[in-house]
Amino acid sequence: MHVFTDPKNFDAYVSGFLWILKLTGASAVCALVLGVLLAAMRVSPVPVLRGFGAAWVNIFRNTPLTLVIFFCYFGLFVTLGLALSDDLFRNIYWLGVVGLSAYTAAFVCEAVRSGINTVPTGQAEAARAIGLSFAQTLRIVVLPQAARSVIAPFGSILIALCKNATIVGTIGLMESSTVMKDLINFNGDAVIPIFLVFAGTFAAVLIPTGYFFGWLANRLAVKR
Amino acid sequence: MDDVATGEPLIVLDSVNKWFGPLHVLDDVSLSVGRGEVVVVIGPSGSGKSTLCRTINRLEPINSGTITFDGQTLPAEGKALAKLRSEVGMVFQSFNLFAHKTILENVTLGPIKVRREKPAAARERGLALLDRVGIANQADKFPAQLSGGQQQRVAIARALAMQPKAMLFDEPTSALDPEMVGEVLDVMTSLARDGMTMVVVTHEMGFARHAANRVIFMADGKLVEDAAPAEFFANPRSERAKDFLSKILTH
Repeated sequence: MHVFTDPKNFDAYVSGFLWILKLTGASAVCALVLGVLLAAMRVSPVPVLRGFGAAWVNIFRNTPLTLVIFFCYFGLFVTLGLALSDDLFRNIYWLGVVGLSAYTAAFVCEAVRSGINTVPTGQAEAARAIGLSFAQTLRIVVLPQAARSVIAPFGSILIALCKNATIVGTIGLMESSTVMKDLINFNGDAVIPIFLVFAGTFAAVLIPTGYFFGWLANRLAVKR
Repeated sequence: MDDVATGEPLIVLDSVNKWFGPLHVLDDVSLSVGRGEVVVVIGPSGSGKSTLCRTINRLEPINSGTITFDGQTLPAEGKALAKLRSEVGMVFQSFNLFAHKTILENVTLGPIKVRREKPAAARERGLALLDRVGIANQADKFPAQLSGGQQQRVAIARALAMQPKAMLFDEPTSALDPEMVGEVLDVMTSLARDGMTMVVVTHEMGFARHAANRVIFMADGKLVEDAAPAEFFANPRSERAKDFLSKILTH
């Protein structure tokens, strides 16, 4: 454990995980909002919106995340000049959030859509029959019931997002996996311990996350 | 009850056709329902009677023909359609109470969200309606905690809360245990007495006999007979209706 007793290494380890947590947090919020909007589009009666939602899902769900992140850096930033911050790392961080959100939103959308399918059609019919609009039907009647069956899949998506965040390291953010690679490069005698510490940290955060979502899903299960 | 209101009819279907793929579910159906009239629609399964009922608030769109409600052709979509639906109460076979809302919230949701009534006023009126259908003491429970008959009475109260001009009942008692059918029919009968315009798809011949002004018999998507209940049950004109009645009334 001599590697982590060096304050420089320990700080790199901590800041690496803080980047991961920040990437996960910001992307989770954006992906949730975007994913629900996309799901609403996919079930809407407007063909253009349905097409847009379907196209988004098909593009981002079937493109490797590494390519999406590379595109954000080399396409959006280098080629198109989209800088999201003056600070080098901040800029990479936000480009990473854009890529992770766009990618994860596709999965959120499909989880929400399958959740919507678990709500009996009679619920939406009854809502329309009393004069609620499409948006009201979705917001007041369908989504709250869909949400309860979507919580467990959301847990899996969040866990995947947290691990996927390490890919932002490929465009130069000093997040966990990049820090780990560096530590291994300079400490060839402690490869296994370094690896176990990083893997263990992810597991320590994500295993309780999984149980929490499982517990929440049971608690909110809808009675029929 | 027999003095049907005069004036222009409230619901008019003119040469309505609808196909589900190759299946002609509504075959040139024309029908008009006067204000305050109670029309019971009967017929064998698959005859199109539920579909007929559901076209009146456009839960099912039609392929050709016209439907007018209160002098206005049914809007195709959007705000105008939502407004029309708010004026037509609908009661479903499977109740369809909002599973995540309490009984009282089920009844007040429409008035608050569609009519923009003040929550306190909607609550008060909702409780009065629940009292009318005999479930005021269950107001804070969730639908799953109620029996089928109770849920269906709540569904009727939910529809009434919108102060509809007409009520559609799509086999309201078909999903109920036999001992609960009576309590729902009682509520419907009292509605009919109070002059509500009603279109009722049902297999309850007793209700058709004593509460209907007219009985419509449908078979294979066609409107086969349209007669007063006494006349229909005593002297059905078509072979199809005779056959149907002989099968259900002998038991």
